[in-house]
Amino acid sequence: MIDFLQMMVSGIAVGSSYALMGLGMVLIYKASEVPNFAQGEMALLPVFIAYMIIHSYGLPIYAAFFGALLFALILGCCLEFLVLRRAKEPNILGLIIITIGLEMILIGIVSWKFGADQRTMPFPISSYASIIIGQIYISTLDLLTLIVALVLMIALFVFFRFSKLGIAMKATQQNENAARLMGIRTNRVKMITWGISAMVGTVAGLLIAPTIMEPYMMWDPLLKGFAGAVVGGMTSLPGAVFGAYIVGIIEHLFGGYVSIEFKSVVAFVVIVLVLCIKPSGLFARHYVKKV
Amino acid sequence: MEMKRDYYEDVELFSSGVIIFWFAVLIAFLGLYPFIFKNYYVYVANYIAINIIVVVGLNLLVGYTGQISLGHAGFFAVGAYGTIIFMSHAHLPFLAALLIAGLIAAFLGFLLGLPALRLEGPYLAIATLGFGLTITQVIGKINLLGGRQGLHAPDLIVLGRLLDTDREFYFLVIPLTVLLVLFARNLTKTKVGRAFVAIRDADIAAETMGVNILFYKTMAFAVSAFYAGVAGGLYAFVLRFIEPELFSLFMSIMFLTMAVVGGLGSVMGPIAGAILLSWLDLELRNILSIPYIGAWLQELSKSYFSLTGVSNIQFIIFGVILVFIMLFEPLGLYGIWIRTKKYWKTWPF
Repeated sequence: MIDFLQMMVSGIAVGSSYALMGLGMVLIYKASEVPNFAQGEMALLPVFIAYMIIHSYGLPIYAAFFGALLFALILGCCLEFLVLRRAKEPNILGLIIITIGLEMILIGIVSWKFGADQRTMPFPISSYASIIIGQIYISTLDLLTLIVALVLMIALFVFFRFSKLGIAMKATQQNENAARLMGIRTNRVKMITWGISAMVGTVAGLLIAPTIMEPYMMWDPLLKGFAGAVVGGMTSLPGAVFGAYIVGIIEHLFGGYVSIEFKSVVAFVVIVLVLCIKPSGLFARHYVKKV
Repeated sequence: MEMKRDYYEDVELFSSGVIIFWFAVLIAFLGLYPFIFKNYYVYVANYIAINIIVVVGLNLLVGYTGQISLGHAGFFAVGAYGTIIFMSHAHLPFLAALLIAGLIAAFLGFLLGLPALRLEGPYLAIATLGFGLTITQVIGKINLLGGRQGLHAPDLIVLGRLLDTDREFYFLVIPLTVLLVLFARNLTKTKVGRAFVAIRDADIAAETMGVNILFYKTMAFAVSAFYAGVAGGLYAFVLRFIEPELFSLFMSIMFLTMAVVGGLGSVMGPIAGAILLSWLDLELRNILSIPYIGAWLQELSKSYFSLTGVSNIQFIIFGVILVFIMLFEPLGLYGIWIRTKKYWKTWPF
């Protein structure tokens, strides 16, 4: 029983970073209707910028984190404004390819600058310390990830519910033409959505960086977050969070009880099974195509 | 511009004498190629030809049937491992092993096609992506397949001849490539090809017109996987050593990229894309030895970036090509070719 609870807790902790990546993807998918493969690298570059600020300029850690988030916001906005918006006659495949291209450019820049070495990000909390609740171990970093993820989700919820910009975003995502007719600058709203999504990703990146920091560090969270978002239905923010936690928990339970070797792929098998039963994910309203 | 007057004109293999002439020139050139160029370029040609096979197959799925696949490295791996295993354990001749491995890949493609019947867009992308990752992981765990250590290819004996140089292997790869490309082109002209296109353009309308969606969608996956499997079998003998890490997600992405850069929905487009990108891939691996630019890049890396990561410039170049092609010419290289042709045919006007 203790084992089971321990696995659940670790699964939820890992799921939190997946959930942040999934949230970022869903935000962009709802706005621009493209599964954003560059999501991970939109977080990677700011994380390495933070590393550079700390190491080369010797600024305090919090200033570096703030700088990274600001940079992420600008990066996200720029990518939408300069690249995605310029696409002629976009179809879904073309947009996916564009994001893959952006992903390659960003990862190329980072690994050109920093090589493939493993680095350590200075962080206020040690990644080895852990606390014990009952008989369950949880590392303080995991706990922090969980708390930050929850706070961020609540903040996003409040933002979409009560702020003018958030409501404009929701309107744009639901019906772009109607939103434009109501006087919303949908293009600008989309741009800001990309910026916010990059920031959400960067938070995940900054929380992952103390344990693993190299140019490919965002691949796994990105794929798992994407998988979680797809399970949740790709158009539902709570769905994405739920799906990402499911992925994290399944991974750990499978790793603990069945086989540690296939831990990282079992999530995808489950997803294919889920999609066979509910092709649009668990939380999305089934989309009926009109002919 | 080119008007078709009856059905047979639409389906014929060569639509004019000019095309027959250029096709003959191409075949002659391919025959003479290994005698003109250095050994390294023969190796490059083999590498490119294998990519052409995969990408032409992938294009049948992505360009003609309108399904996305981010898992083709999985089929590629099945072909590579299958061929080697059937040769070294079951002692089958190479061509038989290649065929069986291709058929196994095709069967897996059929299986992947079943969930794909109900999925589209990002859902299909993640399902195929997960499939590709799973295959690599599973292969890495099976001891018979060498696990993480990888496998060495056995001696390649075809019809009683031992092929042990790139030059000899060339004469095996190129005929197979030409054959498979011609087959793909013919397939697109038949009932099957038209069913694929109908499914891509409007699957519900196609179904009401009597196209069996279940049959043709799974068939598109199977044919495409067969191409990838055969190419994988050949690839194992170009490298002579395979390991699971080769068949990564990046490889699947590269295949898709080649198809899209070349231009989806045509046979010539993906070939052009495969040639351009696989050549760039090989050239850019040692980017610092390129004249003029190399020295400049070295300086640039020393002062602003790092020398250890300099090979990663190829990612940046690929990314820029992808983004620019998609932004300015969504039909890819084939679109550029069509536009140029149109411009010159109607020149003064």
